[in-house]
Amino acid sequence: MSGPWLEPDESAAVSLRVNGTELEVRVPPRRTLADALRDAGFTSVRLGCEHGVCGTCTILLDGAAVRSCLMLAVQGRGHDIETVESLADGDELSTLQQAFDDNDALQCGFCTPGFLMLIEGLMRSEPEADGDRVLEVVSSNLCRCTGAVPVVRAALDALAASRDGR
Amino acid sequence: MKPAPFAYAAAGTLDEAVELLGEAGEDAKLLAGGQSLLPLLAFRLARPSHIIDIGAVEDLDSIDEHDDGHLSVGALVRHATLERADLLGPWKALAEAASLIGHLPIRVRGTFGGSLAHADPAGELGVVAAALDAEVVLKSVRGLRTVPVGGFFLAPLTTAADADEVVVEARFPAPGRGFRSVFEEFSPRAGDFAYASVAAGCRMAGDGSAHDVRLALGSVGPTPLRAREAEEALSGSMLDDTAVAEGARLAAAACGPSAGDWHAGGDYRRALVAHLVERALRRLREPA
Repeated sequence: MSGPWLEPDESAAVSLRVNGTELEVRVPPRRTLADALRDAGFTSVRLGCEHGVCGTCTILLDGAAVRSCLMLAVQGRGHDIETVESLADGDELSTLQQAFDDNDALQCGFCTPGFLMLIEGLMRSEPEADGDRVLEVVSSNLCRCTGAVPVVRAALDALAASRDGR
Repeated sequence: MKPAPFAYAAAGTLDEAVELLGEAGEDAKLLAGGQSLLPLLAFRLARPSHIIDIGAVEDLDSIDEHDDGHLSVGALVRHATLERADLLGPWKALAEAASLIGHLPIRVRGTFGGSLAHADPAGELGVVAAALDAEVVLKSVRGLRTVPVGGFFLAPLTTAADADEVVVEARFPAPGRGFRSVFEEFSPRAGDFAYASVAAGCRMAGDGSAHDVRLALGSVGPTPLRAREAEEALSGSMLDDTAVAEGARLAAAACGPSAGDWHAGGDYRRALVAHLVERALRRLREPA
């Protein structure tokens, strides 16, 4: 079969827009977006479970938090992708990153980029999110050392800070 | 794990999608939001020869309330969109159910048609479709056809859709005046698969009596189940505590013999169903 089909062992050039920069990756159909981003150097995208349970590969797709292990790289075509590399301005942490630091919301740090992108997405879509909503959304991702409580505190601090324009 | 190899094509239109699906053969799979398919690929529980990406197909992502009162929900409506849509009264169960699917990042990607086509017995939207007597619209190169939801879900992960058919939308028939619906479920943690779920609806008459009562149950059988005996017993009642308790008892008895598994036993799930039915009916009897 030919025409529109990309064969299993064939790679296609896929244009991705990551953190505002256009880049081209060559991927076979079965490569996940998470793997393609890591191969392209965005190693903040962590692979935990690789089947959509742990949330550690969370990125922003067109501004909303999604799991990059549950997307094929070819599906990323034409979308705006953001990873944690986009949050800080040089050495200056974003409001959310600073809140994580202030609240000791990380220990080993493996899950941290996923949590940051999850909460960054929430801050954009629901700046008025309250404690219950934050708790529910934070339950999307797993952390095996810090636990959820400092992460929830950091998220609430960051939401309050951005509402105050800090 | 990583998915096994497959051939891939992206469809831009529905016609293209059915053509590609038709030519790809029996072992092809459609990819929309991918929130059920990608885990199956990662575990290699699914090893399709071809994947047809319908994520960018146009005109399948609208929620429309038509002049004659029926509602249509397109296959590519995301759960997060359904959750935030202004669906009230007869359609409230749809928005409530959508808000309980997985976690927020799953709902951002997951689609209405994908949930129906995946036919997981714990899938929330199939339970609502069963309660509201929806029809599923399917398309292939052979044309369009419509399947009532009662005949659509055949077994876990199995529907009446043929290998070359695409779920296009679901149509929810116009409800009677004053019809309302609600959705309740129990899961051990937010985002987990529900141990039991209930979609309930009825029309409240001026004298406070309930008519056209609907009760559909999820996670307690191979497909969404309607609790017909409970519905009949409740129709015409005032949804007083006695009627509600009897409805809950009959609904629990309607659970399939295979209601339990190692996550939660049958008796436990039946008790949950009774509790959820009571909760749903109490909400329905409150003034709108």
